[in-house]
Amino acid sequence: MIRLERLTKSFGATVAVDHVDMEVPAGEVCVLLGPSGCGKTTTMKMINRLIAPTSGKILIDGRDTAGQDDVTLRRSIGYVIQQIGLFPNKTIEDNICVVPDLLGWDRRRSRARAGELLSLVNLEPATFLKRYPKELSGGQQQRVGVVRALAADPPVLLMDEPFGAIDPINREVIQDEFMKLQAALKKTVVFVSHDIDEAVKMASRIAIFRDGRLIQYAKPDDVLAHPVDSFVADFVGADRTLKRLRLVKVADAMMSEPPRVTAEDTLERAVALMEEHGHVSIVMVGPRGRARGVVRLDLARGRRGTVGENHEPLPGIVAVTDDLRKAVAMMFQHDQTWLACVDDEGFYKGYITQRGITHLLGATYGKS
Amino acid sequence: MAASLPSFSRFALLALAFALGAFLQAQGLLPAMASYRGDVVYLVRGHMVLAAVSGALAIAIGIPIGILLTRERYRVLGATLAQVVNLGTTIPTLAILALAMTVFGLGAPSAIFGLTALTLLPIVLNTAAGLRAVPRHLVEAARGMGMRPGQILLQVELPNALYVILAGIRTALAIDVGTVPLAFLIGGGGLGELIFTGIDLNEPAMLLAGAIPTALLAVLVDWLVGLAQYALVPRGVNPLR
Repeated sequence: MIRLERLTKSFGATVAVDHVDMEVPAGEVCVLLGPSGCGKTTTMKMINRLIAPTSGKILIDGRDTAGQDDVTLRRSIGYVIQQIGLFPNKTIEDNICVVPDLLGWDRRRSRARAGELLSLVNLEPATFLKRYPKELSGGQQQRVGVVRALAADPPVLLMDEPFGAIDPINREVIQDEFMKLQAALKKTVVFVSHDIDEAVKMASRIAIFRDGRLIQYAKPDDVLAHPVDSFVADFVGADRTLKRLRLVKVADAMMSEPPRVTAEDTLERAVALMEEHGHVSIVMVGPRGRARGVVRLDLARGRRGTVGENHEPLPGIVAVTDDLRKAVAMMFQHDQTWLACVDDEGFYKGYITQRGITHLLGATYGKS
Repeated sequence: MAASLPSFSRFALLALAFALGAFLQAQGLLPAMASYRGDVVYLVRGHMVLAAVSGALAIAIGIPIGILLTRERYRVLGATLAQVVNLGTTIPTLAILALAMTVFGLGAPSAIFGLTALTLLPIVLNTAAGLRAVPRHLVEAARGMGMRPGQILLQVELPNALYVILAGIRTALAIDVGTVPLAFLIGGGGLGELIFTGIDLNEPAMLLAGAIPTALLAVLVDWLVGLAQYALVPRGVNPLR
């Protein structure tokens, strides 16, 4: 856990960071967000004392960092920078082992760990350990930059726009890899970014800075749903509602326990069920409950026969683990107002409608 | 370095050496030069001692000064020192030797002082330039990971600046070897003895017996430091490999 108490930094007459109070709970990713010159990087660099605070306190796990030796403190905090900062004179292996070597770890232990860490980010150790940084692509270098920060297993990680210099396609991939690592390692991460999309994707909490002040500190969905002022609203963008789609899972927006029919059911029964629920279509499931097809009310009414003989293929399916962004994209793509939702095994779990999504997003706005 | 010369220029060099040899032979200079063989061997030894001592001193003094110039703590001192060093480059070699002689008198110590001062300048300048060229973010990354200033210098700054530093040493030593003949003028010994006596006596064979080994020594030193540059600079930052 990291706590900042009335943290202030002034350079001469300019106040770069102005009485910032915040707390990052252990295992969470806190993204410091804001335009350049807003104090986010200065705030981060005060945590490992690359910049000494003018006043105020920083506590890591309850210990005041001012009372510790700077060098010891920094060795216990992972640090990733935008320019990657791999040492070009050292091999990948030696780069990863910089902090373990500083800490005097046994060489065999640290070298073995370097190999393990590389495979965590999908780089083959046998190929890459003995290479030099210039022999790697930018994306590969930053993967090494990230695992180098993890080498001595520090509880806290500082990341200064780590993926800012990487092309958009690679950036998505590395972000996903990092989130996977983070889900397993549960580090306390302070992450500087100026990219709202990145922040929404990575953050457990977002801290928005302006002119050295912390303006809003909240969960990503709250920042998007309830920006505290027009600056934040502008910063997160006019399309902030669309950005929220990414934060909500289909499972949280769908109607569960939906009515369903099987292939053996008669059309009369299907019509009766639809009328009972006020639906215009109903999903047909297989014997064990997998979504198989759909029966439409206007085609079924007044006809005889079984559902099995009269069903149509499902127009679109989303997984309950997908986010709403994907669900909405599929609705547009297939020109549908609803989609069937299935779990990983294909079992029919519920349905999601455009109306339901609009309602969910609107309801959160209504709260404010 | 010779290994990387394109084969054409190597051939041209050989042809030139051959033509020169043929010319000297035709002039009857080669047998005359050979008669100085004993002197040449003796003087080359003295020449090399002068160059080695002054070169070693210059490296031992120049690199620390270059490092000091780039330290944040000595920024004010560094600026002054840089001015002094720059001023130094404008003083003619002969003037330095003459000044040294007025302090240390005739003989090898004056020569070594003068040669060291001369050799120092490129080493200091290149060391400082090489260290300044190390990207700031590397130093910042090193600091952020918890390296102490000494560790940053040894593990990050010097290895990344080494190529430029060695380039400075290479230039400096080649100049050093080529300037040693002037030491004869203040009684320092070396191949200058043959060169200047040859000039005074209007004896081309004697002059060449001093000048050709001097030139060969300079080329040899340049080649040796080139090899060191290839071997010592880490592969990740070595443009030669």
